[in-house]
Amino acid sequence: MNQGIYLDNNATTRVDPEVLQEMLPLFTEHFGNASSMHGFGAAVGGKIEWARKQIQALLGAAHDSEIVFTSGGTESDNTAVLSALEAYPKKREIVTSVVEHPGVLSLCEYLEKKRGYTVHRIPVDGRGNLDMDAYRAALSDRVAIVSIMWANNETGTIFPVEELARLAKAAGAVFHTDAVQAVGKIPMKLADSSIDMLSLSGHKLHAPKGIGALYVKRGLRFRPMLRGGHQERSRRAGTENAPGIVGLGAAAQLALLHMGDENSRVRALRDKLERAILAAVPACFVTGNPDDRLPNTANIAFEYIEGEAILLLLNEAGIAASSGSACTSGSLEPSHVMRAMGVSYTAAHGATRFSLSRETTEEEIDRVIAVVPDIIAKLRSLSPYWQQDAGKPKEFAPVYS
Amino acid sequence: MWNYTDKVKEHFFNPKNSGVLDSANAVGEVGSITCGDALRLMLKVDPDTQVIQDAKFQTFGCGSAIASSSALTEMIIGKTVDEALTLTNRDIAEYLGGLPPEKMHCSVMGAEALRAAIANYKGEAWEDDHEEGELVCKCFGVDAAMIERAVTVNGLTTLEEVTHYTKAGGSCQTCHEKIEEVLEQVLARTGALKPAAKHAPGTVGLDAIKPLQPKAEPAAAARLTNVQRMQAIMTAIEEMRPQIQRDGGDVELVDIDGKDIYVRLTGACSGCSQSAGTMMGVQMKLVEALGEFVRVKPASLMPAHAV
Repeated sequence: MNQGIYLDNNATTRVDPEVLQEMLPLFTEHFGNASSMHGFGAAVGGKIEWARKQIQALLGAAHDSEIVFTSGGTESDNTAVLSALEAYPKKREIVTSVVEHPGVLSLCEYLEKKRGYTVHRIPVDGRGNLDMDAYRAALSDRVAIVSIMWANNETGTIFPVEELARLAKAAGAVFHTDAVQAVGKIPMKLADSSIDMLSLSGHKLHAPKGIGALYVKRGLRFRPMLRGGHQERSRRAGTENAPGIVGLGAAAQLALLHMGDENSRVRALRDKLERAILAAVPACFVTGNPDDRLPNTANIAFEYIEGEAILLLLNEAGIAASSGSACTSGSLEPSHVMRAMGVSYTAAHGATRFSLSRETTEEEIDRVIAVVPDIIAKLRSLSPYWQQDAGKPKEFAPVYS
Repeated sequence: MWNYTDKVKEHFFNPKNSGVLDSANAVGEVGSITCGDALRLMLKVDPDTQVIQDAKFQTFGCGSAIASSSALTEMIIGKTVDEALTLTNRDIAEYLGGLPPEKMHCSVMGAEALRAAIANYKGEAWEDDHEEGELVCKCFGVDAAMIERAVTVNGLTTLEEVTHYTKAGGSCQTCHEKIEEVLEQVLARTGALKPAAKHAPGTVGLDAIKPLQPKAEPAAAARLTNVQRMQAIMTAIEEMRPQIQRDGGDVELVDIDGKDIYVRLTGACSGCSQSAGTMMGVQMKLVEALGEFVRVKPASLMPAHAV
């Protein structure tokens, strides 16, 4: 598999070798506990503060103390939402979107069912753009927190979070954004924005799994989720994951360095891949908003065939991608993101995500372009919805259970 | 990535009998569009001998759906219509060397397409009577719809009763929150709480909703003679057999060695990916019947001198 073509970088990325080099000493000579009163600890403490400054720089935050290290995106999301609810106990409403990551969506569902909160889930249109009128209508002084993602993990579609944050602030609500997919790919200047909290995850930007951060704007009322020691200025107790933190710091530094490449070369490769597939394969289309999305993500819905089958055949060809089909997750429903955009079931099940990274090469993209049309044709020859000899869909209406 | 058997991969990567059968005189079309599967099964049946001479399929679905369809056609060609009708979805799964629990519904779709096609051949109307929901218990492959049905039909009120009736939650016990959620939903809907069924409280999990019922006859268990104990074990296993036989398997008591009870799983159970779960189910039943903790082990693990 090491020789394979990895186009599933929105799921996770490879740890950059430079990141790994920065981390290794933390497992060996710099193994101390940053809280300790001796030289072993002091060396580690210094590295953690260095890492914090790298995140601050990547996010354009005003102060390094606004960065709280966590175990990843999900912990950051949970901490942000629960903190706001605890800080504003009289406000009983939450605003989010229908296309959020489960890190936010499942939590909101739980809060709605078990804690009696009212949750407003803002819908999207066919291209995945947020319904701004519905958003404005949902805001009120009863809303404790708005949590809306910066960029969608499945389609890459970008939400206007700066504007959303301003509107939330005007209504007196805390604004949090899950920016796990956006950090490192989109330039940010949180110091000048109304965004109160922001979640990021290390393993989406070539740092290891199990490390992430939550940005908490100075002055925001904050209540920790994990209580215990005084780590992270008592905002996240527990001995610091020092190797992970240093890895995240190194990855943030590299992400800033490569952001230009990501938005030029990687974007061009993505566009080439997409254009070539759309030209060679009938009955497929790009999902989400092609005009405003992450530079590395292409999500193409292949109609009348199912995603898992596509992935298995891609895998045989040494290509790793991802799908919004129900079967890949073991659930019965296809991707909630596809459904929210009104993508038909026969297309949603065939939605295939190719997510590139700065490690992706043109040779790899050419190889994918060469094999995808045959894979789609093979599966369509098996599909009852497709007339292979005519090269077009056909009528099929089975008895549905 | 799913852990597909080589047989599943073989039938997915090189499906047998795919495509359109122009000479078909029996066609079954079934599917579940939300879960992303649809299947058209085409058969050519000899009207004189009732033998299925040829079969082809077209499938919209995942790897195991395509493999199940391919396997189905291989299994039915050469059989008479009546012979084919005895095939169950378990037979399809078994033919493929087992399917992940989340994927069993793919084999169900195959079995239904077969029934639909044969009904079509006989000129009968075919009605789909199966329903499916979110998979709750991965160990025993029990979904929310099955739990709902068990709760509604039998008036169940507790988690442990659900486990007794459906096996759900009886093995790794990590799905208890989900089971309780389904239970709460059904109870909230039906409103009327029926008195708890007659089961003695099991050893599986604790009921978080209601206090445990007083034990029915726990005292007797402690005073069993060796003969009584053996008979209790035999009776308990005998009671379990119909359930296991329904899945095409069987269980046989081989020996009792103190707290170790050796059984042999046969039929569909042998080599089935869920046999560990079945063993666990037998153990629960025995623990409950005896009121003491025993271990159920496969006969293959019996110490050499005991054989």
